[in-house]
Amino acid sequence: MTPSPLLPALILGLGGMALLLIGVLAKANRAQGVTMGAILLLLIAAGLSLLAPDAVLFSGLLKTSLFTRYADTLIYLGAIAALILSVDFNQREGIARFEYPVLVLFAVLGMVVMVSAADMMTLYVGFELQSLAMYITAALARDNPRSAEAGLKYFVLGALASGLLVYGISLVYGFAGTTNFAALAAVLREGAGAGTVAGVVFVLVGLAFKISAAPFHMWTPDVYEGAPSSVTALFATAPKAAALALLLSVMAGPFGGLVAQWQLLIQILAIISMAWGALAAIGQSNIKRLLAYSSISHMGYALMGLATGTLAGVQSSLVYVAIYVVMSFGCFACVVAMRRNGRAVERISDLAGLAGEHPAYAFVFAVFMWAMAGIPPLSGFFAKLYVFATAFNAGLDALAIIGIVTSVISAFYYLRVIKVMYFDQGQPQFDRTAAGPGFVMAVGALVTIFFIILPSPLVAAAGAAAKALMG
Amino acid sequence: MTIPVSHYLVVSAMLLVIGVFGIFMNRKNVIVIMMSIELILLAANLNFVAFSGVLHDMVGQVFTMFVLTVAAAESAIGLAILVIYFRNRGSIEVEDVTLMKG
Repeated sequence: MTPSPLLPALILGLGGMALLLIGVLAKANRAQGVTMGAILLLLIAAGLSLLAPDAVLFSGLLKTSLFTRYADTLIYLGAIAALILSVDFNQREGIARFEYPVLVLFAVLGMVVMVSAADMMTLYVGFELQSLAMYITAALARDNPRSAEAGLKYFVLGALASGLLVYGISLVYGFAGTTNFAALAAVLREGAGAGTVAGVVFVLVGLAFKISAAPFHMWTPDVYEGAPSSVTALFATAPKAAALALLLSVMAGPFGGLVAQWQLLIQILAIISMAWGALAAIGQSNIKRLLAYSSISHMGYALMGLATGTLAGVQSSLVYVAIYVVMSFGCFACVVAMRRNGRAVERISDLAGLAGEHPAYAFVFAVFMWAMAGIPPLSGFFAKLYVFATAFNAGLDALAIIGIVTSVISAFYYLRVIKVMYFDQGQPQFDRTAAGPGFVMAVGALVTIFFIILPSPLVAAAGAAAKALMG
Repeated sequence: MTIPVSHYLVVSAMLLVIGVFGIFMNRKNVIVIMMSIELILLAANLNFVAFSGVLHDMVGQVFTMFVLTVAAAESAIGLAILVIYFRNRGSIEVEDVTLMKG
């Protein structure tokens, strides 16, 4: 028997509310139990979403396909990893609140809805559900001024982004006459006037904010730095994958007929993101800030695939974002484990001498840094190879060459972290790594190292997803 | 006499611009930023309702209901974040929001 395609979303929504009740009614602090329950719900939802068939629901408001299942899997993966990381970290930081896993469940529900949206209305509602839950998680450590500031900045810029998005949707609706994706695609294939194109640009800007593509990345470094590390681990994985998948589905779906209009914009976004992500990270001394700029440049590479406007391009973007999610949660597992005398430390110089004291930890951290820099034979190399190859094949030589140059520049700061760990003198005296981060680190490192042996399932899945999207 | 749709579009574009400028030019108070965000959402709402009338299509008005609901939730969360920010810093001046830079 195949499950209904709605079942994962229902489980997330109803399960989230049930966990909320448990958390509120329980006398003691049930943060740990609620987190375990949330992880379990996410696992069940992930399994069911993989089994569910393709369908169009609610007279064309939602649509599930191989593409949405691919994106959903990445979202669930990122959210589960982030929740595993949060159990021990939040406890030790004194922010173990049951609201956090509940908010993560609602955010995941929003992401799943927006990825499966087949109408601007569902897109907007899912997008906002995701954003509103994420604003709160950024300010989770509410007694910490930096976390509060991160929440405030994320809220103001995120609300501006969703305001621009909905303004763009209103223009598209007015000038194309519909909000349904299939109907929009049919209308826009006949050509579009200035009003529609303006609307598309507004929508693109709103989504670029969410994937933190430069020049709309202003919130990223501050929010990454200010939010608690366990929350930053979530920011760097699930919402990024969801927003990128949404951008792919909107640009290739309803706005597919306007390739000529948006292609150049995506290329510019990709170039600025790659360049700014590489250059601005060089001077950073905080590891979370460094990873924020790194994520900006990674989003630039992922956009490079879409910038070709072809099926192979969308496929390479999907491969890139999958590999990025794994590298990213692995890397943040290492960051979450950076604790000395019961307190989180975040400076890169705190890592000095790590290789002598914790060789396995330092090796895993180095693996993720190498992978992010794109050094073979690790997974990050293949991710970059795919997007560069598709860019060359599509005749975007300049874009690919800029990508290669910026990836060489960014290798500098990744290798600097490795140099600090292996060659600088120091006594990190880190606390023992808890089981959660250790497990996530191990999974991430194994996938990153051994991706070379079996790359074909991921590439084939991304290909099938891209075909389901573009037909 | 009917009012052509372009008039509504001009008003909503003005609301949008005022809202965006309100966010970026304002150096004093975060509450003003929240009001500016509301202006942006209202600009979109005005568009939806005006287009809904021109197109004889209810979708725009339904969309407006969603935007209004989301705007309410957004202000609630924004004010809550502002309250915890104020408890930490004792000020909501935009110029003071500078613990992290770079």
